[in-house]
Amino acid sequence: MYIVVVGAGKVGFHLTKSLMAEGQEVLVIEKDGEKVDRIIAALGGTAIQGDGAEVATLELAGVERADVVAAVTGHDEDNLIIAQVAKGRFNVPRTVARINNPRNEFIFGQLGIDATVSATQIILSIIQQEIPEHPFVHLLTLQEGGIGFLQLHLGQDSPVAGKTMGEISLPQDTAVPLLIRRGVPIVVASDTMLQAEDKLIAVATTRQESTLRDYILGGEG
Amino acid sequence: MNIAILGCGRVGARVATQLGASHDITIIDWNSSSFERLGEDFEGRTVLGNGIDVDVLRAASVGQADVFIAVTDGDNRNLMAAQVAKHLGVPRVLVRVYDSERCGIFSQMGITTVSPTIGGARRLYEMLVDSREDH
Repeated sequence: MYIVVVGAGKVGFHLTKSLMAEGQEVLVIEKDGEKVDRIIAALGGTAIQGDGAEVATLELAGVERADVVAAVTGHDEDNLIIAQVAKGRFNVPRTVARINNPRNEFIFGQLGIDATVSATQIILSIIQQEIPEHPFVHLLTLQEGGIGFLQLHLGQDSPVAGKTMGEISLPQDTAVPLLIRRGVPIVVASDTMLQAEDKLIAVATTRQESTLRDYILGGEG
Repeated sequence: MNIAILGCGRVGARVATQLGASHDITIIDWNSSSFERLGEDFEGRTVLGNGIDVDVLRAASVGQADVFIAVTDGDNRNLMAAQVAKHLGVPRVLVRVYDSERCGIFSQMGITTVSPTIGGARRLYEMLVDSREDH
C-alpha cells in the first residue's frame, strides 16, 4: 500500500515508523524542514517539505496513487482540509484525520471524513471502561454512516430488566446483538431475558445513542 | 440582512464597518484587541472565540445569519468554519482563500470562495498591459 502521512510531529513520526516496519510504502509531508530531516535521518524514510493542504504539494507527493492519506498535524482545521482535498481532488480511497479537540469529532463525521482518530476520546473510553459504576460506555465509532458501538450496564432499576428482548421495542436505528453476563458473551435472541448486571453491547446511529441509553437505563444514565 | 463575519483583521473589520450602517453584523475573532479595528462607531456585536468551534458559532447565533463570511488569515480555518456554518444552516457562505487551487472542491459543496491571489494578480497584469498600450 502507498500511504501519505501529513504532519511529522510525535504522532506522524511514530505512525511512519510503524507503517515502515510493516513494509508499507510511506511518504511524509511536513512544513518544518528540521522535522523532515529527522524522518529521513532517523527512519531512512521518504519525506518532503511542504504544506500538505496545498494541491501542488500533494501532486508532488503522488497522492493520486495513494491508497490512504493520514492527516495527523496538531491542527484540526488543517487535518480536515487535507483529507477533503485528498479525497475531493485526488480521489484517494481512504482518508484519516486526527482530531485534537474532541468537540470536532461530530462535525468531522458530518463533513465526510472516512475515519477520525481522537486521542482524547480513546483515553476517555478506556477510563470509562475501567470505572465499574459507569453504566454507559462508548466503545467505538464507525464514521461511515455515523454508527456507534456502546456498552450499557443494566442496574436493578433498569426499565428493561426482567423482560425478554421480544417484549421490548428498541428505538429506531438501534440494535442489541450481544450481551455479556458474568463475563460470558451471549448472542441475543427474542427470548433472551435481560437481567440486572448484564452488559449489553449495542449498536446505534449517533443520533439515536441518547434515546437508546434512556430507553435501556431509564434516563438517569 | 443578518451577517456573521469570522476574523476581525483588516478585511473583516472593513467589511463589518461598511455593512454595519445597513445590516445586523456579528463579528467573531479570538483576539479581543482585533476589535479595536472596528472603531467607536461600530454598532454590531462582537464575539470572542475560536471560529472553528461549533459551540462558539452556535453561541454567536451564526445559524440564524443570512450570510457567513470567513476572512481569518488561515485558509484551512476559513474553509472549516464555512463548512460548520453551512452545517448550522447558513444559506450563503463566502470564504477568502489565498491558495486558489484549493477552491474547486469547496465550490461543489456550495461554498463561494474569493481568492485575493487571483484577483490581485489579474489586476496587476491588467495594469501592466494597459500601461504598455498607453505608450
